[in-house]
Amino acid sequence: MKDKHIENKSRRHFLKVTTAVGGGMLIGINWLGCQLDSVPEEVAKAMPNEWYSFDAFIKIGDTGLVTIMSPNPEIGQNVKTSMPMIIAEELDVAWKDVIVEQAPLNTEWYTRQVAGGSQSIRQGWEALRKAGASVRKMLLDTAIKQWECQAIDCTIKDGVISHSDGRTLGYGALANEASKMDVPEEVELKDAKDFQIIGKSQSNVDMEGILKGEPLFGLDYKEEGMVYALAIRPPAFGQILESFEADEAKAVSGVEDVFQFGDKIAIIANSTYPAIKAQRLVKATWKQKDSAEDTAYHSKTLLEHLDKKAKEPRRVDGDVQQALKDADEVLERTFEAPFLPHACMEPMNFFADVNEKEIRMVGPIQTPQWTQQRIADLLERPVEQVTIQMTRMGGGFGRRLYGDFALEAAEISSKINKPVKLTFTREDDMLAGTYRPASAYKFRAGIKDGELTAYHLTEACFNGQMFGQMPSNFPCGAIANYRVDCHNIESNITTGAWRAPYANFLAYAEQAFLDELAEKMGKDPVQFRLDLLAKAKNTPVGEAHNYEVEKMEGVIKKAAELVGWDTAAPNQHLGFCAYYSHNTYVAEVAEVVMEDDNPKVSKITCVVDCGIVINPTGAKNQVVGGILDGLGHAMYSDFKFIDGQSQSSNYHQYRLIRMPDVPEVDVHFIESNNDPTGLGEPTLPPAGGAVANAIYSATRQRLYKQPFVKEMEVLG
Amino acid sequence: MPVYTLHVNGQEHQVDVDADTPMLWVLRDQLNLVGTKYGCGIAQCGACTIHMNGTAMRSCSLPISSVGDAKLTTIEGLSSDAKHPLQEAWREHDVPQCGYCQAGQLMSAASLLSNNKRPSDDEIDEAMNGNLCRCATYTRIKSAIKTASKNM
Ligand code: FES
Ligand code: FES
Repeated sequence: MKDKHIENKSRRHFLKVTTAVGGGMLIGINWLGCQLDSVPEEVAKAMPNEWYSFDAFIKIGDTGLVTIMSPNPEIGQNVKTSMPMIIAEELDVAWKDVIVEQAPLNTEWYTRQVAGGSQSIRQGWEALRKAGASVRKMLLDTAIKQWECQAIDCTIKDGVISHSDGRTLGYGALANEASKMDVPEEVELKDAKDFQIIGKSQSNVDMEGILKGEPLFGLDYKEEGMVYALAIRPPAFGQILESFEADEAKAVSGVEDVFQFGDKIAIIANSTYPAIKAQRLVKATWKQKDSAEDTAYHSKTLLEHLDKKAKEPRRVDGDVQQALKDADEVLERTFEAPFLPHACMEPMNFFADVNEKEIRMVGPIQTPQWTQQRIADLLERPVEQVTIQMTRMGGGFGRRLYGDFALEAAEISSKINKPVKLTFTREDDMLAGTYRPASAYKFRAGIKDGELTAYHLTEACFNGQMFGQMPSNFPCGAIANYRVDCHNIESNITTGAWRAPYANFLAYAEQAFLDELAEKMGKDPVQFRLDLLAKAKNTPVGEAHNYEVEKMEGVIKKAAELVGWDTAAPNQHLGFCAYYSHNTYVAEVAEVVMEDDNPKVSKITCVVDCGIVINPTGAKNQVVGGILDGLGHAMYSDFKFIDGQSQSSNYHQYRLIRMPDVPEVDVHFIESNNDPTGLGEPTLPPAGGAVANAIYSATRQRLYKQPFVKEMEVLG
Repeated sequence: MPVYTLHVNGQEHQVDVDADTPMLWVLRDQLNLVGTKYGCGIAQCGACTIHMNGTAMRSCSLPISSVGDAKLTTIEGLSSDAKHPLQEAWREHDVPQCGYCQAGQLMSAASLLSNNKRPSDDEIDEAMNGNLCRCATYTRIKSAIKTASKNM
């Protein structure tokens, strides 16, 4: 295969700029250096001799084979399949003729190369469609020119343009001429009813590599001359390095060096295992510099704040204090959740080659652009010298937003002047995490004359305000007196986003509280939610709320109908939950059966409104994964600190959901022609609430703390 | 350092490492068979699962000195054409999310099916309990094992 780039340099350097793509730019791209990393086994068309590039996303070969660049980092959320599907749809090629490649980091060419917040599809949607449609138009215009005909004479299907008189031209035959055209300023996008690829399940584009064990992941990346590094970091938060002794460690065969960098120690070896052995032999002395926090302190501090008013409330409608005073009855409940590690299956790692000319980074990262800048700043080098190649990631869940591991790799490489791969052991990964912060919520609700008149939510959280991000979420707008107070407490434990940040714990707390509130008011939990929504629609209180009532009603009604909520037998233990997050509406109903006096979740029914579903098989995988992730962490995962040190170092001390714990999951999507929203996160938050409510139905025990297994033990 | 002769995926290899080196790191770093994954190093996650004389083993907890003449199989050698009934079933059910745990899942499942062609749900749960999937693809893994079991 020859790359057209080599002979046609002048054209490649010509920048194609257009305002057609969401206000952004489409620029001719240098295809050299891009790796073919997912050639389907039986590509329908032969491998081309020449490739012609059109814009940053698309090149077409002379045989009609198409390569589509997938712009965003792939952490298992399926964007490497679904984003190119969107381009292929508007380009009008057969999916079997498409090869997908991971795009390089280039934020001038691509918008938002980030994996986070369930935003890849939502924010990429228009730009991806226009990229495909622009190239389709260039090909069509070329055919029209050759045939001296009108657009109306032509139809396009599967990469072939047909004239009404029977003549045909394939994209492969047109590619050379078409690629010389200017990118059109205006393009027409397809009507959703004409979609051929979107909405039809397409297998993961990396399937073959995964099934054959090919080197797709950062940890698999190797280069000639590379050394292996491990680090030793402070074992507890609040500690710094005082001194260390490494004679024994250095004597391990294969170990090349042990040295200090910052407050850490680096071990360099010719392979991974000698470094692991040496890591255990280094004798380091740490000293306390900052406070040593523990879980008892965390819990006490959070609870103390729940009775304080915040200086600046996040939202105030009416007068909650007065309404609570005037109420006939007040329900007050407190919910608590621990810090959580991300525990990605692939531990943190990164490859770095820092030399005089350039800084080459390869590895798993959710935020390549931010990391590129931070590395440039750290090493005091121009950002243009830093390249980042994104590998497939063995999970992210938020942990790989924080490029600390990439910075460490760069720092180590710059010190030894060699290419290096830094690996975290599982223990390093769990002990030096960027945890979901512990948080607590207090809800106070006032009932007067059978109506919900007051709703006061107080949050306390370490290093951030979770609910502070969305105080206008449901049930805001439905209650005359409504207030949200948030307290942010500083901690020296590093914290950060964890799958479905803000909502991952709050959804359970709120939805379990609403269940109890409905019971207290003598209302059916589903009808209670629908009544609140009707109020938010008909007589909205205060400034606009952030959710669409009809969509929320839609998922609630559908889920209730699917499980036969109104006709459920008394011994059928169901728990209901509905939640809006990451621009997506989700309702989940959990069913619990008693097995040897223990509640077991037997089924979860889920209804999702995420607009257009791009790739149903991938979407369903995300939905189920999110539910089981939410269920698993709500049920099992506990994480404690003593003297600033995490008490779980590996999977034997940190319980994740496993196959025998998994219920049946039944997934339904609301049919929609609305633009797609996010899917990687929004099904996680409601799972805990649905399960807590179903466990209550089965056991009459309310659960106020995660993980539930611990609560159930305590409660007996 | 001692020199070991290993039989991996039908090929013989000579490896010169310390006796306590786990097979996981021999495969990944010395033999360049990186399909076998590191997840925990203490036999808790199953990402490193390989076959030793046909039986699933956690290679992170298998020192090279204990391998002897045993025949080892890794994901790269599960089948010559990637058409093992499990691999076919994995395609059919579009199992992976991130994909990192999948080699270990496939190797555990292959060992299960070679001993028990028609495992019950409980037997599948039991055999796969040692394999974590952080993305939680468990329902598809289970369905794919059942499909493969039918097609074997
Ligand atoms: S790495 Fe061997 S079981 Fe986890
Ligand atoms: S697919 Fe990601 S860990 Fe299993």
